[in-house]
Amino acid sequence: MLERIEKAKDQMTAACEAMGRPINIMEVCGTHTVSIFRNGIRSVLPAGLRLLSGPGCPVCVTDQSYIDTVLRLADRDDLLIATYGDMIRVPGRGGSLETKRAKAAVRVVLSSEDALQLARDNPSKVVVFIAVGFETTAPATAVVVKEAAADSLENFCIFSGHKLVVPAMRALLSDKNNNIDAFLCPGHVSAIIGYGAFGEIVDNFGRPCVVAGFEALQIMEGLAEICRQLSCGEPELKSVYTAVVTRDGNTAAQKIIDECFEAVDGYWRGLGKIKKSTLRLRDEYGRFDAVQRFGLHEIPAEDTTGCRCGEVLCGLIEPPQCSLFERACSPEMPVGACMVSSEGACAAWFKYGRKRECRK
Amino acid sequence: MCLAIPARIVELDGDRAVVEAMGNRWRAKTTLLPEAGIGKLVLVHAGFAISLVDEQEAKETWRLLAEISEFNETPNRLSG
Repeated sequence: MLERIEKAKDQMTAACEAMGRPINIMEVCGTHTVSIFRNGIRSVLPAGLRLLSGPGCPVCVTDQSYIDTVLRLADRDDLLIATYGDMIRVPGRGGSLETKRAKAAVRVVLSSEDALQLARDNPSKVVVFIAVGFETTAPATAVVVKEAAADSLENFCIFSGHKLVVPAMRALLSDKNNNIDAFLCPGHVSAIIGYGAFGEIVDNFGRPCVVAGFEALQIMEGLAEICRQLSCGEPELKSVYTAVVTRDGNTAAQKIIDECFEAVDGYWRGLGKIKKSTLRLRDEYGRFDAVQRFGLHEIPAEDTTGCRCGEVLCGLIEPPQCSLFERACSPEMPVGACMVSSEGACAAWFKYGRKRECRK
Repeated sequence: MCLAIPARIVELDGDRAVVEAMGNRWRAKTTLLPEAGIGKLVLVHAGFAISLVDEQEAKETWRLLAEISEFNETPNRLSG
């Protein structure tokens, strides 16, 4: 294994020299971000190679207006809010789900099935499932919406904040100020959508897209493959995570997403409105859509806290460049979503990055 | 949040499975993975099996999960 790591390092160093300029590679997966810090990968990279933590953590990319809407729903007596634990501490107007939990009906669930069961067990309440996440969690939501429809379970609905990875990558590259040379693509999102889904990024933008798993060797070999492609000027689509990810992905999961959802324009933290990037329930499942059921309107919120999560998510700054980092914003008292989630770039920097990288 | 956990299917009734990994057993559904069967190793994400996985990959991920759990429990103070 050491030999393979050394070989990967050599490939990266050679590519940096051949390029004669810094190389910026963006990872778009919160689990990659954590693994990169946990394994100290940044410390062994050649000086010219920089890793940017992109919009890969579902909690981090969720727009503030969505969070505020969830908090408003949590104030209603007739509802039960079912949420993945990741969302519970994200601050919004008037607190977070955690601060509301004392007086409001908020339940943490481990799966969409648990949320559906909550509806079955509480017929006098309407259960609203806070459906966030990328293509890995979207099919799980679709399954329970179909079950609810089949069972005519009318006291269940979802508030979809499901996001699609590829439109976000497209949006980042469409900004002419972007500094992204290549993407290290997410492992388990790719298990669903297949690595072929990144083909348009390679074809239309000329950026290498390489899918990697989560352990150190996978990430190093993924980065080395990207460097090799950059140095020879031939961007390609590739997966080094062959044990799990195929070109076509999980077609059964893709089918059920497509049956239940359609892609619509949606807001992302930091990236603004992105075309066809968010999943909304199709009209035939409209009665399970919290937006239709409660007439919800998302109003893009102006952030007045000084939080720079948005720029972090676009790879424009590193967390320590935000004036709140470590001072007003820490994992105990988070201001922005990237510090809340354990997969967020700010939280990872806080735990592992500070001494070595920001105090130089 | 997008990290799936490799686990072995130890019970299966229709699309309702019981899976086992790292000394834990829990319920999962195989709705999204028609090829799932008893004894197979699958990646489980948010209560659903999303992909088959081989033994070696499963072991590597279990090791990584143990590390990440340690990461999450790391006190929020300067490390290293």
